[in-house]
Amino acid sequence: MTYGSAHIWLVIVIVGLGTFLLRFSFLGAIGNRTMPPWVLRLLRYTAVAVLPALSAPLVVFPEATGGQTDPARLAAGIATLSIGMITRNALAAIIGGAGTLAVGLYLS
Amino acid sequence: MNNATPSRSRRAAALEASRARALARTPAQSVVHGAIQSLPFLLVIVPFGLLFGVVATNSGLNLAEVMGFTVLVLAGASQFTAVQLMTDHAPIWLVILSSLAVNLRMAMYSASLVPWLGAASGPSRAAVAYALIDQTYVLSIDYFQNTPKLSLPQRLGYFTGTSLVMCGAWILFSMIGATAGRMIPAGIPLDFAIPITFLAMIAPALRSPAHIAAATVAVIVSLFLVGLPAGVGPMIAALLAMATGAAVETVMIRRRGGSAS
Repeated sequence: MTYGSAHIWLVIVIVGLGTFLLRFSFLGAIGNRTMPPWVLRLLRYTAVAVLPALSAPLVVFPEATGGQTDPARLAAGIATLSIGMITRNALAAIIGGAGTLAVGLYLS
Repeated sequence: MNNATPSRSRRAAALEASRARALARTPAQSVVHGAIQSLPFLLVIVPFGLLFGVVATNSGLNLAEVMGFTVLVLAGASQFTAVQLMTDHAPIWLVILSSLAVNLRMAMYSASLVPWLGAASGPSRAAVAYALIDQTYVLSIDYFQNTPKLSLPQRLGYFTGTSLVMCGAWILFSMIGATAGRMIPAGIPLDFAIPITFLAMIAPALRSPAHIAAATVAVIVSLFLVGLPAGVGPMIAALLAMATGAAVETVMIRRRGGSAS
């Protein structure tokens, strides 16, 4: 790493401060005021929109294989999602997904 | 189950019972409940935290710098982004910008908690903001939405419970990873901890056609936009997905004859 300690701490402090401001933004600035129904309707879908959007590229183009689609990781992603949807249980989904990955990597 | 009706009514009865239990909890009991419901996610937070400690140390960060990231940023995906880009000798402004882009979703989490926690005191809201990570958010919003009549102290208690376990474990295991991480066998695919956690968190929430439509759009659009700089593609995909979810919900309300405001 070519970064000196001062630069590393600069990144830590700015990213830390910026992240806190992102998290505090609405809770801090809007507080108790009510928001229009269409905003609330959009926000209901935040989690089911953001997390799949972050996960899909990691599942289909994993960095561990240099961005090449990997059958074991693809199967593990699909297994995690399917088990989670069927059982409605996050722990079962995690165990099922990790197990699928272990078996897939062992076989490949 | 030959017939859907008894199963549906059984599920509804179970939901009613869990709501009644939630409403009967004192704030302190809500803290404990939040902590207990976070425990399954330790299975992911623990290896993820260890992994950050190991990766950051191997990239040349010392223990203080690793802990600076973990305590001051407290956001796994963006911490990995920053370390990765610094290792790749990216310019400092790109490191900062990319890491913050990964955390843009936190502003949406913040906004979606306003109806539930917006009435809390300033220091409480600042504390919630500090501990607002994917796991504490998803657990809490699900609990709040399932039992809308919870009091503010009950909601804050539940969030506190999830934060103590999730953020505490993140900090502790990053430190263990940074100090003892070289003992972890190299063959374990810890890289996949991130997508497995995220998928396991959202799958149980895919409970309506609108939720499923939103998630589907998120997946397809984010895959098309992989070429964009870190964090940008997922953000565009998420915004389109949220619009899709809201649109499908509106259509379904109209079809049922309700008025969609």
